[in-house]
Amino acid sequence: MNSIQIDNLSAKIDGNNILNNLNFTLPKGEVHAIMGPNGSGKSTLSKVLSGHPDYDVTNGSAKMDDVELLGLSPDEIARLGLFLAFQYPIEVPGVSIANFIRAALQARMEEGQNVKAVDYYKELYLKMDELGIDKSFTSRSMNEGFSGGEKKRCEILQMSMLNPKYCILDETDSGLDIDALRVVSEGVNRMKNSERGILVITHYQRLLDYIVPDKVHVMWEGQIVRSGSKELALELEERGYDWIKEEIAAA
Amino acid sequence: MIKPSNIEIDREKGNFHYPTSKYAFDAGIGLSEDVVKYISDVKKEDDWILDFRLKAHSIFEKKPMPTHWATKDLENIDFDVIRYYLAQGQKPSRTWEEVPDDIKNTFERLGIPEQERKFLAGVEAQFDSEAAYSHMKEDLEKQGVIFVGPTEGLRDHPEIFKKWFGKVIPSSDNKFSALNSAVFSGGSFIYVPPGVKLAQPLQAYFRINAENFGQFERTLIIADEGAEITYMEGCTAPKFETSTLHSAVVELVALKGAKIQYITVQNWSNNVYNLVTKRAMADEEAEVRWIDCNIGSRLTMKYPGVVLKGRKARGEVLSIALANDGQHQDTGAKMVHAANETSSNVIAKSVSIGEGRSSYRGLVQIPGHLKHCRNNTECDALLINSESQTDTYPAITIKGDDNSVQHEASVSKVSEEQIFYMQQRGLNEAEAMSLYVNGFVNDLIREFPMEYSVELKRLIDLEMEGSVG
Repeated sequence: MNSIQIDNLSAKIDGNNILNNLNFTLPKGEVHAIMGPNGSGKSTLSKVLSGHPDYDVTNGSAKMDDVELLGLSPDEIARLGLFLAFQYPIEVPGVSIANFIRAALQARMEEGQNVKAVDYYKELYLKMDELGIDKSFTSRSMNEGFSGGEKKRCEILQMSMLNPKYCILDETDSGLDIDALRVVSEGVNRMKNSERGILVITHYQRLLDYIVPDKVHVMWEGQIVRSGSKELALELEERGYDWIKEEIAAA
Repeated sequence: MIKPSNIEIDREKGNFHYPTSKYAFDAGIGLSEDVVKYISDVKKEDDWILDFRLKAHSIFEKKPMPTHWATKDLENIDFDVIRYYLAQGQKPSRTWEEVPDDIKNTFERLGIPEQERKFLAGVEAQFDSEAAYSHMKEDLEKQGVIFVGPTEGLRDHPEIFKKWFGKVIPSSDNKFSALNSAVFSGGSFIYVPPGVKLAQPLQAYFRINAENFGQFERTLIIADEGAEITYMEGCTAPKFETSTLHSAVVELVALKGAKIQYITVQNWSNNVYNLVTKRAMADEEAEVRWIDCNIGSRLTMKYPGVVLKGRKARGEVLSIALANDGQHQDTGAKMVHAANETSSNVIAKSVSIGEGRSSYRGLVQIPGHLKHCRNNTECDALLINSESQTDTYPAITIKGDDNSVQHEASVSKVSEEQIFYMQQRGLNEAEAMSLYVNGFVNDLIREFPMEYSVELKRLIDLEMEGSVG
C-alpha cells in the first residue's frame, strides 16, 4: 500500500516507554497533523521512524510503501524516501549548505554517477529564491550561526532538494515569527502532491492555518487517541488537551 | 566549488611493489663509517662533503634519542637492520622514456608524469636513494632557476649552495638531522634568482620501494631577493612487514622580500617512521609558508619552523594531520622571532580516528628586546571515536611589552546527533564522517592549490572508510 503504516508500535529510551502500541497511517498524497501536549511522544515517533539509534523498538512494525523501516539504518530509511525536518537542526561546522545538499544527493546516486553541477546549482538557487534565502547562504556552514528562522528555511530547502516520498516536519513552527512561518508553510505547500505524504507535528493550531491538513490526530502517552478532520485542531486550540485526557481517564 | 580532477592518489595506491633485484649501488645493511664513505665515494663527492658526513655520523652516534618528551616507539627503530643507500644509477633521466621500466611503471601508476603535464613547472622523482627522473621547463632554466639534486647542486653550483647547506639546520640539531647529514642522498636543491617568480610549482615525489630501507633526502631551497616559488612534495611507500625509515632534512632560505611556499602531502604506508626536520630562514620582508599534510606512517615527528631573521618577515605553518589505527602523528610548528615587526601564524588541525593518536607541539619565541612582533596559534583537534587520542603541548615564550600572542586550542568530538542528522539526509556513516572531517579541515584545504585539495579530500574520504562500524 502507498502509505506509511504503523502497527502496534512500542518504543523506549533509557528504559522509559514512550510509544505504546501506536497505530497510525499516513497515505500518500495526504497531509496529516499530529498534535499533543509536551512529552506525549510526538518527536519520539519521528525519531523512531527515522531509525535513531537511541530508541529501542520493543514491538510493532512501521512500513513505508510496504518496506519495513524498523531495523534499517537512518541513511537507508532516508534513501528510501523519508525526510525528517528537525525541530532543532544540527550544526555541521565547515560544511557549506551547497556541499551538504550535494553530498546528500550524491549519496542517492549509483556508483560512477555524479551530481551535475550546473543543473544542481540552478535548482538550488531557484529553491532558495522561493524560500527567501539569500544566495550567499550557499557557502555558509550548515546551520552554524543561523537564526531559528534560517534553520527552518534551510530544512525546507533540503526537503525540497531531496525530493522525498514522505516528509515529517517536527515542530517546524517553533521559533518562527509570522513572516517566516508563512514562507516556510508556502515551501511545504509547494511540495504537496499526489505522490507524497506529509506529516506535520505541532503543538499549535496556528501552523495548520497555513498548512491545511487532511486529518488531525491527537497523541497522548505514546498513542493516537483521537483522529478527526482539521476542525479537531481548532477544537484543541479552544479547549486545550485536558478534555481529551479526562475522556480517556473516564474510558 | 571543487572541480573534478583525474588525480586520484588513494591510501592503497602506493601499496604495490615491483620487485627490483638489481640495485647497482648498495651500501649494505647497517650504519658505519664505511657506509658513509661508500655513499660519498659513489657520488664522487669533494672531500669537504665527506668530512661533513663523517662529522655528522659521529654526532649521530653520540647523540641520544629524544627521550624525555618523545614517544617510546622511537626505541623500536633498529638502525642496524636498515639499508642506507640503494640506487640503480647515479644520474637522473631527463625524459620519462629513459627511466628504467620498473621505476617508470611505478611513477606512472602514481600518476606523476600526468601531473607534470598538467600543472607542474618541473618534477623530480626519487626512487629509494636517488632521483630517477628530473626535469624542469626550459624557460625556467633560461631564467637561471636551478632544480637539481644535492650531489649535482654541491658539485656544480657550490658558490650558491655551499653557503647555506647545513646552516639553517645544523647536523647537531637533533639525532635524525645528524643521521640525515651523514647519509643524505637525493632531494631537491633549488635556487630561484632575484625577482624570478615561478608561476607553476616545482614538485618532488619520494618513493620508497625497498624493504628495510631508509630514505634520507636532503632539500635546500634558496629564493633570492624578491623571488617566489611554490614547491610540493608527495610521498608513498608500499606496505612491508618490516619498518621503513624516512628521515629528511629540508632547509629553506627566503632572502629579502622572497616568498617560499612548501607543500607536503604525505601518504606513507603504516610501517614508515617519518622523522623529518624542516626549517626556514626568512630575511627582511620575506614570507615562508609551510603547508603540511600528514596522512599515514607509523610515527611522524615533524615540526616545520621559521626563523624570522629580518624585519617584517612573516612565517606561517598550516598543518593537517590524520592519525588512524596504529598511527601517531606528532606534529606542530616552531616560530622563532629574531627581528622587529615579524609575524607568524600557525593553524594546526588534527583528526584522530579509531585508536589513532595526534599530538600538537608548538614552539613560539619572541625575545623581550624585540618590538611589534605578533604570533597567532590555533590548534584544533577532532576525535572520531572514543578510543582516539589527542594532546597539545604549546611552548610559548613571549617577552617585551610591544609583542602580542594569541593562542587558541580546541578539542571536539563528532556528536551522535550530528552523525544522525547527516545520515537522515542519506549519507551512510562513513560518508557522514568523511563530510564532517572535510568540513573540519575545510578552511585550511582552501589554502591549497586546487590539484592538491582534490587529492587531499579524496585521501580523507578513503581514510574514513572503514573507520566506523
